[in-house]
Amino acid sequence: MTRKTRRLWLVIICVACFGTAAALMLRAFSSDIVFFVTPSQLTQNAQPADRTVKLGGMVVANSVKREKHGDTPVSSFEVTDGQSAVTVNYEGVLPDLFREGQSVVAIGSMKNGIFIASEVLAKHDETYMPKEVAEALKKSGKWDPRFGPPPDAASWNSMTVKDAKKSLLPPPAPAAQ
Amino acid sequence: MLSPELGHYALALACVLAFAQAVVPLIGASTRDIRLLTLAPALALGQLLALLVSFLCLINAAVTDDFSVQNIVANSAVSKPLLYKITGVWGNHEGSVLLWILILGICGAAVAAFGRNLPGILRARVIAVLGIIAAGFELFCLTTSNPFARVWPAPMDGQGMNPLLQDPGLAFHPPILYTGYVGFAVPFAFAIAALIEGRVDAAWGRWVRPWAVAAWCFLTCGIALGSWWSYYVLGWGGYWFWDPVENASLIPWLTGTALIHSATVVEKRESLKIWTVLLAIATFSFSLSGTFLVRSGILNSVHAFANDPARGIFILALLALVIGGSLALFACRAPALTSGGFFAPVSREGALVLNNIFLCSICAVVVTGTMYPPFMSLLFDRTISVGKPFFDATTIPLALPLFMFMGIGPMLPWKRAQLWPVIQRLWITLILTGLAFAISLWGVAGVFPALSCGAAVWVILTSITDVTERIRLFRMPLSGSLQRARGLPRSVFGTALAHAGVGISVLGLAVMSQAQHKITEITPGTTQHLAGYDWTLEKVEQAPGPNYTAMTATVKVSRNGHLVAMMHPSRRSFNAQHQTTTEVSIHTNLLADLYCVLGDQHGTDANPTYVLRLHYNPLAPWMWLGALIMAVGGILSLSDRRIRVGAPRRAQSAARTVTSP
Repeated sequence: MTRKTRRLWLVIICVACFGTAAALMLRAFSSDIVFFVTPSQLTQNAQPADRTVKLGGMVVANSVKREKHGDTPVSSFEVTDGQSAVTVNYEGVLPDLFREGQSVVAIGSMKNGIFIASEVLAKHDETYMPKEVAEALKKSGKWDPRFGPPPDAASWNSMTVKDAKKSLLPPPAPAAQ
Repeated sequence: MLSPELGHYALALACVLAFAQAVVPLIGASTRDIRLLTLAPALALGQLLALLVSFLCLINAAVTDDFSVQNIVANSAVSKPLLYKITGVWGNHEGSVLLWILILGICGAAVAAFGRNLPGILRARVIAVLGIIAAGFELFCLTTSNPFARVWPAPMDGQGMNPLLQDPGLAFHPPILYTGYVGFAVPFAFAIAALIEGRVDAAWGRWVRPWAVAAWCFLTCGIALGSWWSYYVLGWGGYWFWDPVENASLIPWLTGTALIHSATVVEKRESLKIWTVLLAIATFSFSLSGTFLVRSGILNSVHAFANDPARGIFILALLALVIGGSLALFACRAPALTSGGFFAPVSREGALVLNNIFLCSICAVVVTGTMYPPFMSLLFDRTISVGKPFFDATTIPLALPLFMFMGIGPMLPWKRAQLWPVIQRLWITLILTGLAFAISLWGVAGVFPALSCGAAVWVILTSITDVTERIRLFRMPLSGSLQRARGLPRSVFGTALAHAGVGISVLGLAVMSQAQHKITEITPGTTQHLAGYDWTLEKVEQAPGPNYTAMTATVKVSRNGHLVAMMHPSRRSFNAQHQTTTEVSIHTNLLADLYCVLGDQHGTDANPTYVLRLHYNPLAPWMWLGALIMAVGGILSLSDRRIRVGAPRRAQSAARTVTSP
């Protein structure tokens, strides 16, 4: 075998291997990527039922209910981005850092108007807000980080953009625990 | 005595020494001035000494609760246990940068101390390249993340550390992982020195490989330790989340694995030289960007970058300088490296090339999956996440052929080989693998887990067969086999052990995909059934701890009426941080883990119910055991006498190289 054919073989194997990798990636990109959605996006645009998405927002105060289906605990709570709220059902143990009035990210899909979560994440400490949630709040016009900390989550659903700007001028009092 | 000021001064001194270490040996190498060349090791040792003093000062400040130091205020508290006061030093950004630099200093000093057999000019250049990197990061530490910055007025107590991080597993995870990351700086420095010199030969491969293998062992242990920590601390029953931080350690591991294999080809056959140099550069570049871009959160969120522009810009400039500079040097000088060593596609070299191609494709997939979300959010303002489904769908199909070739590769002779004799030697292994695959098809749900099981068994069996064939076990009297085993180089055992370790890890991963779990909310005295075990919640008690209050459950696990284990999962509430942590209870028999997590208390106080999460994780310990075996295999091949004994002979020729004009 000459040097040239050897090199040809090498090139063929490399192309085949990296081609397979690229094909696998493209296929996975079209089916296995999880998009981040806000509650308002979820209610406005109907998502395909089997499509897994990440839902992010704030947990509405006093919305957390715990039930038992047989021996399995089921929690339900509402997640809002200040424009609309979505009810989330979750079978399992809510994470340690889960709190009402704080940010949360739920992974799952919509079923009959209820978001069935397979995983609930509240990774961060109470002063931190996930980037996605902060972005969603800013997009909906409820919070501008230049004017101070985010408003009390309990007031979001009823608050208009005008209210939000007004309430932000003096920094709002921290949410009562 | 060991005041923060002394530490600050020592750090600045180390920076100055590093600059000298970067410049002096390079001048010496180009002017062939032996006085400047011999200065290089001394400078490297001096820099290490200064860094050690600096690090000890920081530890001293942490242990003595010196709350006039900003870093200690932010991360420590009087009530913190002593062990975590010490390990907490590297639990934050500033301290971890200092630890990173210290390990780089140790690497430089190790080259100075153990590299006596290297040609003087090569050693000086390697030390100089390490000096350049050290100088850059010491400047970064001094100007933007100074661990010795003071605060006035000094508070009475610090803010304390995140309770999640107060864990022995995490305390020792960063130093080991960092040693892995930083260790690849040495092969990188060798690559740069070879490019400056314009020569790569078999001797270069022989010098580089031990450093690369050592770094790889540390990186393997570091990754395994991190994964184990998330398994038993986070309490999700998961062990790998494909998080950017985790991927940042996996990417250099993949290219590093490719590097230690291709360096063998350089050493034995003087082939794949340019490629090996490129891999050495790529591995260290990935380590650097992994530690600094991903860990600092710059990549994850644009906000972290915007919050501290000075730090971000400095680190980006430094990375651009190191990575861009080395790639530019590679582009100019690589064509001058002559290629040699002809080999046929079916040969040991051919198999190692295949190994490299597959490892690099997997690496490319992981890099793309990790970088895609931040780029999407930067360019198109869409927030997406790429997780387990994506990585499973892309990496497993690429890893399976890799495992197939991994079994055959070590049995092929160098240069030119025939497949048929190898397959003849492997027929028992082939039959056993087929059997294992059939069993796993029946016992394991899913095609990919079953295929992975088969591949894992194949890898384990072939690495055993490789050794038994070499020592002709069962084909000649046992004493003869032992004689042969004694004569075999240790690197053969190292390879077999490391490959078997990969197989054991993969088997653990594949079978772990069959894990079962159950979430229940029960009153004390109730029994649940999972995976053939009866789990009874006996009682739940409250007990105070040093800086928390704990709620501890007693869960009795029995099987067919026989007691298996008493498990005590608990929840700790830390008052200082308003935080709760779950303490998982794990009972293992090395074949399966019983994993029990206590959740919230619900119901009325008179009749409380408790949420329990029960997991049955088959072969879970094998994942980390396999990684440990891989590292032991690496250490075994490091102790090969070819690496140790070949040294003095080269030392003489090295002396000649220096003195000859």
